[in-house]
Amino acid sequence: MSLPAPIADWFARQGWTPHPHQIELFEAEDDTLLIAPTGGGKTLAGFLPTLAALMADARPGLHTLYVSPLKALTHDIARNLARPVADLGIDIRIEDRTGDTAAARRARQRVDPPQILLTTPESLALMLSYTEAPQIFGGVQRVVIDEIHALAESKRGEQLMLGLARLRSLAPELRVSALSATVEDPAALAEYLGGARIVQADPGPAPDIAMLETTHPPPWSGGGGAYAARDVMAAIEAARLTLVFINTRAQAELFFQSLWAVNDNNLPIGLHHGSLSREVRAKAEAAMAAGELRAVVATGSLDLGIDWGDVDLVIQVGAPKNVKRLVQRIGRANHRYNAPSKARIVPANRFEIIECVAALQAVAEGDLDGEGRGPVGQWGGLDVICQQILLTACAGPFDADTLFAEFRRAGPYTALTRAQFDDCLDFVATGGYALRAYDRWQRLVERDGKWHLRDPRAARMIRMNIGTITDTEKLKVRRRTGPALGEIEEGFAASLAPGDTFLIGGQTVRYDRLREMVVEVTPKPSQNPRIATFAGTKLATSTELSARVLALIGNPVAWGALPGHTQDWLELQREISVLPQPGTLTCETFLRGRAYFCAYSFAGRNANQTLGLLVTRRMEEAGLGPLGFVATDYAMLIWSMDPVRDPAPFFAPEALRDGLDDWLGENAVMKRSFRNVAMIAGLLQRNLPGQRKSGKQATFSSDIIYDTLRRHDPDHLLMRLTRAEAMRGLVDFGRVEEMLSSRPEIVHATPPHVTPLSAPLLLEVGKVPIRGMGEDRLLEEEAARMMSEAGLDGQAA
Amino acid sequence: MSGYAFHFAGQGFVARGSGALFWPDQDMLVLSDLHLGKSERMARRGGALLPPFETRETLDRLAAELAAVRPARLALLGDVYDDDAAAAALPEPERRSFREMLAGLELLLIAGNHDAATGVDSHEIAGVALRHIAGTGPDISGHYHPKAQLAGRARPSFLIGREHLILPAFGHYTGGLRHDCDVLRDLVPHGIAVLTGRRALPFPVRHVRPAL
Repeated sequence: MSLPAPIADWFARQGWTPHPHQIELFEAEDDTLLIAPTGGGKTLAGFLPTLAALMADARPGLHTLYVSPLKALTHDIARNLARPVADLGIDIRIEDRTGDTAAARRARQRVDPPQILLTTPESLALMLSYTEAPQIFGGVQRVVIDEIHALAESKRGEQLMLGLARLRSLAPELRVSALSATVEDPAALAEYLGGARIVQADPGPAPDIAMLETTHPPPWSGGGGAYAARDVMAAIEAARLTLVFINTRAQAELFFQSLWAVNDNNLPIGLHHGSLSREVRAKAEAAMAAGELRAVVATGSLDLGIDWGDVDLVIQVGAPKNVKRLVQRIGRANHRYNAPSKARIVPANRFEIIECVAALQAVAEGDLDGEGRGPVGQWGGLDVICQQILLTACAGPFDADTLFAEFRRAGPYTALTRAQFDDCLDFVATGGYALRAYDRWQRLVERDGKWHLRDPRAARMIRMNIGTITDTEKLKVRRRTGPALGEIEEGFAASLAPGDTFLIGGQTVRYDRLREMVVEVTPKPSQNPRIATFAGTKLATSTELSARVLALIGNPVAWGALPGHTQDWLELQREISVLPQPGTLTCETFLRGRAYFCAYSFAGRNANQTLGLLVTRRMEEAGLGPLGFVATDYAMLIWSMDPVRDPAPFFAPEALRDGLDDWLGENAVMKRSFRNVAMIAGLLQRNLPGQRKSGKQATFSSDIIYDTLRRHDPDHLLMRLTRAEAMRGLVDFGRVEEMLSSRPEIVHATPPHVTPLSAPLLLEVGKVPIRGMGEDRLLEEEAARMMSEAGLDGQAA
Repeated sequence: MSGYAFHFAGQGFVARGSGALFWPDQDMLVLSDLHLGKSERMARRGGALLPPFETRETLDRLAAELAAVRPARLALLGDVYDDDAAAAALPEPERRSFREMLAGLELLLIAGNHDAATGVDSHEIAGVALRHIAGTGPDISGHYHPKAQLAGRARPSFLIGREHLILPAFGHYTGGLRHDCDVLRDLVPHGIAVLTGRRALPFPVRHVRPAL
């Protein structure tokens, strides 16, 4: 079967020749996984069978479902598909359906869905929970899953695979095409999909990638890259259309300002990140698609395969953290598929230069990082299963055996056991507590062999809790009159006092007040802002890249690959402290207000996080009053009331496991895991109707629920899931044990002040507080200071 | 557990780290918002099935407070139960231990908005009104579950103003309102917040309205 003549003609009129992988996908009669670089016409390939079928028969009803991880992508695809559909004279509706879709349109889509529906995993899960799901989806012929490599990295992918299993039950005819950027292990991804034939596109020529030459060396620390604004501006001027990627939202805001300050030719430059309001984002997207912009500064919200047309340069500000991600980002440049993509990296600080050099060496050697996931069948989280059971119940009564069989058809859950399933079912139905308190008030009840919602009103709350993204609560930011400017995290909002300033949407605003969970602000163009601490997407440097970095730092002979100033900087580290070496565990203690202790393990962020937990526990026992720590891929930094004198006992592997469970149980990392698990599994609501309006903070703190379960029911399903999750992901205990058991030589330096290598850690986000005696001492000091400032005596009885 | 001693409406009080208020001259312990039976009520209304241990937790903490202070009188400022049905549904062991705790105490029960059937609307002692929701001062009340933030950490806290003394919720799973939200800063425009915890931590609060 070749392309129908009208479609082949349409290609010819565009001056295009169909790529072999587009033809291959068109001809496929089975499920497919297409691996192609950006610019390879992936999305069009996924839609060719749909266009041909609808050209022959444009009957009403949902024909093709397109799922992408990003709302922005659905808008973009709708726009791109409109052209061939119009040119080919196909009379169909293409609509998107995301959290942004207006209620009236959503309601209409339930009774009269378009032929092509573009959506996200969360909106799909929501639609599958409607009682009319069988009518909406019963006739679906094709499912196109875009950016599957990105979805498969998180629980969103697990939810989508369960949704796909549901769709296959409702519409046994349907065929799936999944589209992926370059990945290390395509076969594993195909299994994740529940089986698919792999179609490999020609990867195209090797990219032209290098560090951007800058007039000044980068600063010692910081992640903003402001020092290079002029150099980046020059590169933008020399290119047609540039995408500037930067790792966090706050950095994007600041870098955008820096660029604007040196934009002498007033080039049109846009800003795009996930904390901006939908209107602001849509404006940037439309302007870019219309060719009105010369550059866009963006974070991860643009990190996926949006087709921006004529991009000919990608600039990555800040180290790319992960070689695979770098390759995927480079793919954004140059949609002329057969010409090399051009990308330039701007390290934000001197440490990142080393990381960039190591990453460039890895790209040159074609050494992509691994996936970091367990074997197939052990991927799937049971918290996602719990949510899926609840959502299934919202759609109507279900039979447990049938549902279990359906779950097992989802790629990540092929090894799900009946016992695991029954545990999940028991939890959502009865709470699953040792104390059987809810016999009268079960959430699900079994009648005539089928499971029902006991109280149908519960469906509304369950649907509001859909999804596996458990970001911290966001508050809208707006002027007293006028549209929303964007969102900030609740925690950041709580730290603001009236009169404080911060950056959002490229402008500085002053915080006035919090009213009904909306942050009211006044524009304040002239002031120096405090920085909005958006959490952004926190990227972890891959294990492979970390090892390359340590090898480079520890081997002065190889420093020739580094710029002169970086060599000088490492030399300075060697002078005032020591250089980390493979085979050593290098530590530093210095004073900077509080006492700081830094250990360079190069064991990866998760392992360093665990190391931080274990060492702070021993510091607590030793009375040093640890206050908190932060972990990066290379090191962990602890601050405490009193300094560490001798680190060796803190790293003794013998005592490592002693009390590990107890200590882990108490700490914030476990509580964070628990919060995620409990929200996904439906124990904690994220958006209670009316709750935000009342100005109440979270009705119950997840920490309190966690502590209560830990005391009264430590073997509860959610506690087991939390432990398993933390051990697998956040904790990476195996790696810590491995490192310490090899008994590295512990080197302890006491430099006079913060060192070149430790400075970046001071600026890291994601600090973990230690709720021990140190915190009490800190709070007491703070309270006493404020009381005495106010002329009051804080007397204790 | 240590406390913070202060004066309000000419009377001496101690705000305890537990969230209980001790009134030495009256030999009285004052608590608010126990919300016993909260998880049961949530479940009954089709919500999430929270770990059903919070009533036990709250009663254990109450027992510890009574043992530490040994007051002659106990005042409960409303919302003892999460609703009247929750009062009726309290499991027998909890009901028994609550009864035993109260035996021998002179008990003052104020009705809350959740459990209107449980007590009186207000009661005056030494010129100070005890009620559930702050009214005409000087009064001691609960209801808002105030929380305050110090060095970035939010904890349930007392709010001590000129006219109103507002207690944190003593119950488990109760959440709360920021001390600087509109309603609380109208009630206590300036005064002292006392954070609960291992120690009671007082600090001054003064709400300055932003210039418009």
